[in-house]
Amino acid sequence: MSDKVLTPPEHKAPAAFTRAQLDWLPWLEPLAVEEMSARHMASLVDAARVKSPYFRLLARDPDALEARTRTDKDIFYNADAGLPRAERELAAAATSRFNGCLYCASVHARHAATYSKRESDVDRLLDAGVGADLGERWSAIVAASVALSATPSTFGPEHVDRLRRAGLDDLAIADVIHASAFFNWANRLMLSLGEPAVGAGA
Amino acid sequence: MPATDADVIDALVGIAPGSDLDAIRARRPEARTHAQTTYRALFAPEKPGAVTLQDRFAVGAFVAGLHGAAIVAARYGERLVESGASTALRDAVDAAVAEAKTKGPYGSYPAGPLSREDSAGPVYRAGESTRRGLGPRLAAAFEHVHMLVFHPRDAAPASLKTLLDADWSTTDIVTISQIVAFLSFQIRVVTGLRVLAGRSARSTT
Repeated sequence: MSDKVLTPPEHKAPAAFTRAQLDWLPWLEPLAVEEMSARHMASLVDAARVKSPYFRLLARDPDALEARTRTDKDIFYNADAGLPRAERELAAAATSRFNGCLYCASVHARHAATYSKRESDVDRLLDAGVGADLGERWSAIVAASVALSATPSTFGPEHVDRLRRAGLDDLAIADVIHASAFFNWANRLMLSLGEPAVGAGA
Repeated sequence: MPATDADVIDALVGIAPGSDLDAIRARRPEARTHAQTTYRALFAPEKPGAVTLQDRFAVGAFVAGLHGAAIVAARYGERLVESGASTALRDAVDAAVAEAKTKGPYGSYPAGPLSREDSAGPVYRAGESTRRGLGPRLAAAFEHVHMLVFHPRDAAPASLKTLLDADWSTTDIVTISQIVAFLSFQIRVVTGLRVLAGRSARSTT
């Protein structure tokens, strides 16, 4: 077997959680573009993702990648009521902060800030961590995401009650559950198959 | 056969057609469909390749056991039996859960300002008799899986090297990683929706 672990090129690792654009460097060999079949290409769902070493690595199991991506898109982009996009991104960022995934946290903190315009609250989450006071509604979403992310989970009726008091209906609460659960999936792939690097433009 | 399983999340939450949660899941139809498509891709693949169905259900039963998710663990345990696993393998999976169970997430950040958040925890190494029951390939996989479940921020190239040395290919490692990561999702959706169902708007009035 000729497979080997990759040594990433010289790079600067991020020292703290950030909203800045990061790169991601793989520890295992992604598929080369020229060796990708039509099935591999289709599994990317968005053709532009062929530029990403992360997605070309996951494309080695194309059926799992495609299903993963379609699940992801509906949880975050389905605009039919429920939790506003900004708060789905908040749940993703909080989960990533708690699990320690700097790369995932950077992407979703950026989205949370863009959609909410609450940059300083997002930065407080990144800097101080998941215990930061972000106002009751956001703190309730963060607390629920963190409880569900603990292993074993500590998510209980008190989290549902607090989200309801903060104004979430059951569809919105189900969106919190799915957004946090999905980042327990994403964080584990991002953290274990490569590492973040400070982007060339940062 | 696993390939014809009804929706696993619906089954494990106990979602009946026409219930409130059925209506909620119907509002995110692609997520519902493709959570199940992912399950099939990982646990009923057309071509399992070097990660056999037995390997997949052994990892599944281990991950669910580590989460303390009894209902989910029972299901993957049943599928492990159906995959033809020997009593020795099933016992080894149970022993591994008992040896490896802890609380997460913990782990270390690269040295720097985040080091103040470092929290120590165990690195799992399968015991001698567990290792014999699992065999060397699955034992190496379980040690990696434990890290992914409880302390993923400790991941490093060395753990992938250990898997390659145990004769898993790069593609096999992607599949095993997806199994653990997907189950980390599926188990939490089941846990979360069961809590929500127990707290339904009707039952609280």
